[in-house]
Amino acid sequence: MQTSTATASFESPPIDAVGVEERVARLCSRSIKKDAKLQALHLTLSMIDLTTLEGADSEGKVRQLCAKALQLHAALPDLPHVAAVCVYPALVGVAKRALEGSGINVASVATSFPAGQAPIEIKLLEVRKAVEAGADEVDMVISRGRFLAGDFAYTSDEIASVKEACGEAHLKVILETGELGTLDAVRRASDLAMRSGADFIKTSTGKIKPAATMPVVLVMLEAIRDHYLRTGEKIGMKPAGGISTAKDAIRHLVMVRETLGQDWLDPDLYRFGASSLANDVLRQIVKQRSGIYQSFDDFSL
Amino acid sequence: MSERRPAAAADRLPVLKTHKVYVAGKFPRSESGRFDRALAPDGTPIANICRCSRKDVRDAVTAARAAQAGWAARTAYNRGQILYRIAEMLEGRSGQFEALLAAGGTAPDEAAVEVQASTDRLLHYAGWTDKFQQVFSSVNPVATSHFNFSILEPMGVVGVLAPESPLLGLVSSIAPAIAGGNTTVVLVTGGQPLPATTFGEVLNSSDVPGGVVNILTGRRDEMLAPLAAHRDVDALLLCSPDPDVARSAEIEAVHNLKRAAVRPHEDWADVQSPYEITDLQEVKTTWHPIGS
Repeated sequence: MQTSTATASFESPPIDAVGVEERVARLCSRSIKKDAKLQALHLTLSMIDLTTLEGADSEGKVRQLCAKALQLHAALPDLPHVAAVCVYPALVGVAKRALEGSGINVASVATSFPAGQAPIEIKLLEVRKAVEAGADEVDMVISRGRFLAGDFAYTSDEIASVKEACGEAHLKVILETGELGTLDAVRRASDLAMRSGADFIKTSTGKIKPAATMPVVLVMLEAIRDHYLRTGEKIGMKPAGGISTAKDAIRHLVMVRETLGQDWLDPDLYRFGASSLANDVLRQIVKQRSGIYQSFDDFSL
Repeated sequence: MSERRPAAAADRLPVLKTHKVYVAGKFPRSESGRFDRALAPDGTPIANICRCSRKDVRDAVTAARAAQAGWAARTAYNRGQILYRIAEMLEGRSGQFEALLAAGGTAPDEAAVEVQASTDRLLHYAGWTDKFQQVFSSVNPVATSHFNFSILEPMGVVGVLAPESPLLGLVSSIAPAIAGGNTTVVLVTGGQPLPATTFGEVLNSSDVPGGVVNILTGRRDEMLAPLAAHRDVDALLLCSPDPDVARSAEIEAVHNLKRAAVRPHEDWADVQSPYEITDLQEVKTTWHPIGS
């Protein structure tokens, strides 16, 4: 593994936590209604990484999830499809076969998700296996222990080697912000990930609370903006964990639009990692079109 | 030491209470921020009440849905204990309810009778919680080798249009619904909402889990249609003497074929029967194969 101490030696700007909270509170007070709301809901659907990451996942469960991805709601055939289905490496093949020809990507978590506590060789092998099985996107976790201990060079090298192992596949780097403690650490980890080759930065595994809180996402979006202004590279963002309602999702879209601009309102640059968000969005779309409040019972799992 | 007396009404600005709604075991205001005045019969304002919107209805249904499985899973005996506890708390605050009824125009002695009758009604349904299953369930004779039996199950979330009768009618419509394991969203749209909002305070101090009873105040024409059409509401209890009101709600209710029970009574003194419970129950019949 090449050492990239140079990549890791830079300063991240300090974060004004109170200012972030205030900015988030102001952005959350926007009122998005009627046609704009419907448009935002459709956009949200097209940005969802439909996810199942349970120990109990089976081939059947993944096939069912893929069927859901292919047809979100039978009564509304004109809906956009989700961006990707996200599964464990062992189930990538199943998902790939089920989604063939649909335009929906298969994403796989790798690098000993969610803890990331495994030797680097094993992590890289896992990434290669996932890509071999057909994963279009790889979601890696960083070694939070090494990062928090200040070993930024290690984190940077780790991301760079995983990126290399990914080959053509897109790399999303999970920072697991719930374990990083401060917004300053979130900013530092974001900068590090982007400089080391991440195509996307992602908040969380979904296994730790708090996950994708608004302040954390705002700090990461600002890091992406600064990276873009510095290098011209557009890095994607994926909040994951804890976003379960359409209302939350729309608030995120407002924040993206205000921080990064229109370009990022695109499934290629913004994703939601979620398992139950899709059905709430569907519920709101049907409500918006019919005027009648909907029941979760009317939507497939 | 000088003697202290309450100030005469003319010397002091009265503090008008804002009666808040009761949703998910909490007392929020309407999300709309709107309010109405509750008036005495002579037109003087006696309190502020929330004027709820359809979004409040939606939130209340969410709360009722979340509470339903847990409430139905309680033992029938425990539901009876909790209904009895509501009666105890109501009895303890009988003076307050008599005053509220009197302020709304009920004669003082009638008010006392109504509060007592309301307490007794709660006791009636407290007793029935673990008995109606015994009376109304059955083992059915069938011609095949099956053990065939029918039991009652709660419908789920019941939307209640509360009657004009401010306390007795209210209690008589809520108690049988929750006795059978349903949770409720109660729309209080009559001229005397204060006993209902105060009844929410009684419920909140009576071991009733949050979300089992949700009480909204406001205007019928704003709240009834969204509640009746809501696909996550399983049944309606429409307490209105006006057949057009019940009919309009039943038309909205066709979207998910929810059951609607209509109660046109104006006098609720005798509306007390286990059939009030079974009207909000669904019959489940099971065919269990047995060896020949």
